[in-house]
Amino acid sequence: MTATSTTPGQAQGSGFEDVTRTDASLRRFLHGLPGVDQVGAESRAAGLGTRSIKTSAKAYAIDLAIRMVDLTTLEGQDTPGKVRALAAKAMRPDPADPTCPQVAAVCVYPDMVATVKETLGSSGVKVAAVATAFPSGRAALDIKLADTRDAVEAGADEIDMVIDRGAFLAGRYQQVFDEIVATKAACARPDGHDAHLKVIFETGELQTYDNVRRASWLAMMAGADFIKTSTGKVQPAATLPVTMVMLEAVRDFRDQTGTMVGVKPAGGIRTSKDAIKYLVMVNEVVGQDWLDPDWFRFGASTLLNDLLMQRTKMTTGRYSGPDYFTLD
Amino acid sequence: MAKTTSAAFEYAPAPESRSIVDIKPSYGLFVNGEFVDGHGAAFKTLSPAIEEVLAEIAEADQADVDAAVKAARKAYDKVWSRMPGRERAKYLYRIARIIQERARELAVLESLDNGKPIKESRDVDVPLVAAHFFYYAGWADKLEYAGRGADPQPLGVAGQVIPWNFPLLMLAWKIAPALACGNTVVLKPAETTPLTALLFAEICQQADLPPGVVNIITGAGATGQALVSHPGVDKVAFTGSTEVGKAIARAVAGTDKRVTLELGGKAANIVFDDAPIDQAVEGIVDGIFFNQGHVCCAGSRLLVQESVFEELLERLKRRMSTLRMGDPLDKNTDIGAINSAEQLHRIRELSEVGDAEGAERWAAACDLPAKGYWFPPTIFTGVSQAHRIAREEIFGPVLSVLTFRTPAEAVEKANNTPYGLSAGVWTDKGSRILSMADKLRAGVVWANTFNKFDPTSPFGGYKESGYGREGGRHGLEGYLK
Amino acid sequence: MSRIDVRKTYKLYIGGAFPRSESGYSYEVLDSKGKFVANASLASRKDARDAVGAARKAFGGWSGRTAYNRGQILYRIAEIMEDRRPQFVQAVVQSEGLSAARADKVVDEAIDRLVWYAGWADKVTQVLGNTNPVAGPYFNLSSPEPTGVVAVLAPQESSLLGLVSVVAPVVVTGNTVVVVSSYERPLPAVTFAEVLATSDVPGGVVNVLTGSAATVAPWLAAHMDVNAIDLVGVAGEPALATDLEVAAADNLKRVRRAPAAEPDWSAEPGLEPMTAFLETKTVWHPIGV
Repeated sequence: MTATSTTPGQAQGSGFEDVTRTDASLRRFLHGLPGVDQVGAESRAAGLGTRSIKTSAKAYAIDLAIRMVDLTTLEGQDTPGKVRALAAKAMRPDPADPTCPQVAAVCVYPDMVATVKETLGSSGVKVAAVATAFPSGRAALDIKLADTRDAVEAGADEIDMVIDRGAFLAGRYQQVFDEIVATKAACARPDGHDAHLKVIFETGELQTYDNVRRASWLAMMAGADFIKTSTGKVQPAATLPVTMVMLEAVRDFRDQTGTMVGVKPAGGIRTSKDAIKYLVMVNEVVGQDWLDPDWFRFGASTLLNDLLMQRTKMTTGRYSGPDYFTLD
Repeated sequence: MAKTTSAAFEYAPAPESRSIVDIKPSYGLFVNGEFVDGHGAAFKTLSPAIEEVLAEIAEADQADVDAAVKAARKAYDKVWSRMPGRERAKYLYRIARIIQERARELAVLESLDNGKPIKESRDVDVPLVAAHFFYYAGWADKLEYAGRGADPQPLGVAGQVIPWNFPLLMLAWKIAPALACGNTVVLKPAETTPLTALLFAEICQQADLPPGVVNIITGAGATGQALVSHPGVDKVAFTGSTEVGKAIARAVAGTDKRVTLELGGKAANIVFDDAPIDQAVEGIVDGIFFNQGHVCCAGSRLLVQESVFEELLERLKRRMSTLRMGDPLDKNTDIGAINSAEQLHRIRELSEVGDAEGAERWAAACDLPAKGYWFPPTIFTGVSQAHRIAREEIFGPVLSVLTFRTPAEAVEKANNTPYGLSAGVWTDKGSRILSMADKLRAGVVWANTFNKFDPTSPFGGYKESGYGREGGRHGLEGYLK
Repeated sequence: MSRIDVRKTYKLYIGGAFPRSESGYSYEVLDSKGKFVANASLASRKDARDAVGAARKAFGGWSGRTAYNRGQILYRIAEIMEDRRPQFVQAVVQSEGLSAARADKVVDEAIDRLVWYAGWADKVTQVLGNTNPVAGPYFNLSSPEPTGVVAVLAPQESSLLGLVSVVAPVVVTGNTVVVVSSYERPLPAVTFAEVLATSDVPGGVVNVLTGSAATVAPWLAAHMDVNAIDLVGVAGEPALATDLEVAAADNLKRVRRAPAAEPDWSAEPGLEPMTAFLETKTVWHPIGV
């Protein structure tokens, strides 16, 4: 496989040119990263999950979480009507409350990008498209790149690509790296308004935290703007410890290169309580800089309504019910 | 400390309610199943976080100690030693269940009286207490399987003296195995933290434990001394300072009393360059700042391989600056109050010695509360084996950082202490863990973790960290003949 | 006019649910004096198959729990039994024809036996496991592990104490079980199943079949996904026991043999009821810098 528009090892002059030249050099680098002890990592993540976020902190966290949602529908049964409704909800999550912030983005398959874009107009809500033969990534590279270009041409602001997990698990790190570099190139626009690239690892298939840390570095060296846990189509999807390992990676990457990379847990985050745990983790593992929709996102669909219900509970003082929120 | 790093996502106060505990204005002694007046000079117990008097506590004098030992002897002779193990077991299970039922109350009371964060008393101390009673309940009817002979026998009356750092947990470590084996006890909690032991006395009443099987007497050093040197005591179990431990060993010389001592430590926490570094940082923090460092097995000497020293130190400092110090009852507090003015004084004094000896002190910026006893999490770098802060137990949130080059040097430095309670090893290499564990002269070796406790796991020290083991099958040895 | 009572339907217990036999068959259960008590479900070959499936599905989770947690759950069973003591006393009186006082003793023993085994959960490893001082630079540790799915033919005479005495030692170490109750005295087993269902025992860990061991046991003994079998329920039937042992040999099931007569269940059991269904795993690891 040869990348057409870029040369391997020339990702953004990141200083990793020697590392990213061959499978062997990549393996040496990635396997030289410090190990992750599963028990320790999970216990730290669980500990962060016990923080008690109340009153003003909770109100802050809920609004921030809403602003970080990539409101997602990735179903075979999606129609223009469905995604238009979703886009409308993204712009006005709670029609009864004008103070409710809008979400970060709407995430759809590439063929729905134009429809969503049209609905969103100049609202500021972004359009994200999953590409590269999502969710399995099992297609030839030129098809994955065409998939990406389609979405970019239709106006996608963000591309959520999947890595080739088979290649990664087989140790063909160079191939994974080159595909990311090539996809990044396909995100480019002549006017310089390139689509942002989110790289999905499908951590449920990578299985170990060591693999998650390695995949994080591989993607960041290849130029990922965001690293993302999961497609939502495989269990387990996002978990706190997996996200923590990725946060540690972006933190260490910035320490080493000065470049900031975003993180997006996706799939399985359904409640406000869960979302707040993630925000606590961002706050305490990487700090304030990442507590912003530009650097942290939630890939979710049902989460939004729970956030809205909690938000209403904070203002009315009583528990709400699903009948009072829109279904889309 | 967190204030400096999170201006926007500021956690609002999340205090656990005090209303669950009902602290009486004054407490007597628990002797023969009832609360009775003490005849010494009553003293006050404080909440160290706010210097507020919580209650007045009776002091047991010699006559009170006599009465308690007598009650324990009577209960031993007439009831407890004759009771079949499976019936004793059911009393202990009951106690374990009541502890689970009243867990939150015990946790709040512990945090109030001791100053430790509620997240620790709630998630660590109290669950371990219940688990300890469960575990030893199960042994009460299985003693013939303990590996101590076909028909092991209890010793008689146990005199037990416990410290203030884990008041209820140390009570459990003492009382559960003693009762399971058929002994009766007289226990003295520390004078700064008597309240949970007195609540435990109420739990014994709720469980209908026969009178005299458990007696709780309060007081300071003199009461403890009267207890351990009492001729009616068959077994002495002590957790506390090495100095007092030695005095007890002298006091029982020439008697038939059996003794177990769990004393001080100056544990080495050894980090190799191939360690899982983020977890190592957590382990270091947990090792020294858990319970404000009031832990005999605390990882108070950090030994770092030189090749990762800078990187580790930077990560450690960053992590320390996210620790939240303050109200022990706030659910988000990581570091609570120092238990007493006296202990705070000792921590300050030894830290000043560290400064004077040329070590470099670092603590994350933070505002200390105006009232109460507080000391911020602190590390000293540039420490060598010759420094007093590398040799003496500080018993506070103060970490001395040393470096090493080879495994042999790490072992040499780790063992170069009169203590031998615990040690930590951090490396991704399994065979090195086992090799280090082989060579470390310590009763507990944690690998890629630290400060882990379980009722099934024996705990206790080498050398001047004491003798005997608590926990596990081995913990039965101290209460059987 | 006197009130007409509402009678209980006695069903099987498989995978945490209470189905009737898939066969639709039931049989009459009589009390010790020959009077009709209830219709019990008559477990079939397919019920046995479903029960094994449920037990296998539950094995990973149950054996993966901490020993402490399993101990807590066994203790919880004892608590709930104590709470329903009158019901068990009545069931034992009815099934075994004992006086109320003797039945009361039997229930005491059954509850205390559960408590005894609850305590073993986190001790059996400490008593049976150990490090081995091999002659070389190796760490070497042996520890007991559950063997898997165990089929138990419960005793025919002792319908409660006997049942508890053969089920508790199997599950406390992390095995899951399919138990075939006493044929003529199945009702205490069903009531015990109802206790299990309300004692935090995960579905599938214990599956209770009422019916005939002679009918169901050959299928369990021959089942290739059953790891072990306890034949005490066919005590005194050497020909059947031998046939079952032969069938069990096909996948080398661990067999706890049928005694000539039912043992005295009031005696302390010792370790053997647990060790019969434990494997020993030994781990080697080098020691070096």
